[in-house]
Amino acid sequence: MWSYEKRLEFPVNIKEPNAKLAQAIISQYGGPDGEMGASMRYLSQRYSMPYREVAGLLTDIGTEELAHLEMVATIVHQLTRNLSMEEIEKSGFANYYVDHTIGIWPQAAGGIPFNACEFQVKGDIITDLMEDMAAEQKARSTYDNILRLVDDPDVCGPIRFLRMREIVHFQRFGEALRIVQDKLNAKNFYAFNPEFDCEECSGKN
Amino acid sequence: MGNKEQLLHDIGIVNFVLTELSLYLDTHPDDCSAMEYFNHYNRMRNQMEKEFSQKYYPLTLRLADCSKEWRWGAAPLPWEGECV
Repeated sequence: MWSYEKRLEFPVNIKEPNAKLAQAIISQYGGPDGEMGASMRYLSQRYSMPYREVAGLLTDIGTEELAHLEMVATIVHQLTRNLSMEEIEKSGFANYYVDHTIGIWPQAAGGIPFNACEFQVKGDIITDLMEDMAAEQKARSTYDNILRLVDDPDVCGPIRFLRMREIVHFQRFGEALRIVQDKLNAKNFYAFNPEFDCEECSGKN
Repeated sequence: MGNKEQLLHDIGIVNFVLTELSLYLDTHPDDCSAMEYFNHYNRMRNQMEKEFSQKYYPLTLRLADCSKEWRWGAAPLPWEGECV
């Protein structure tokens, strides 16, 4: 169950269109390290999580990622509204425009469509939390790369905010991993899958 | 910044504090002072969102009290660039 709030997590108010930049930033909508993959990853990993506090964290971070998905879409939308045909042709936006006009569609900067293979649900809490931490770092690197391409302060502000959230989420997933490892039974020294293999090694009993 | 923009801006800040605190509390569930902060800002958020809804438009369906006009449907959408 979710409810919607009619506001962004961080304000986006871009005055100057820039179709070239929009084509780079759309990667954080539907690219390999984008917010769609992030939210789907965490929200899908929740169900078989053996520890309630970790499933709760995945829910809360997955929910925040949906707010980030909306922020990225807003940035792309505001960078592409009021474009002239001349700007569309000159900026290299014509390839996107021909299929989607100025609608928002999940793809990577290079045009590759979003695909569930961009994230994993392994059903093993250690494996999944390691992936989650790596995913936050990859998204942070992508925002770093985007920031090197941006000089409009209206775009920099929200991108910097999104970058900062990747760092906080990385920290929280690291803490979740520590909590899980503390709970593992001493017999499960090599941390094999407490979601499946060995109920007693989950530390629950 | 007008009164409406200022209030929406402040609501954004208070909500951000709550988001940040909720993730922190997910991994630090015994931190009582963080919970006190959470309760304080949660009350503030509820009051501010109620005030915003009464004066301007409802930010959530829960606050969409209406009689003559369906105010929820008429509210501006966040990607339009209204929020400052």
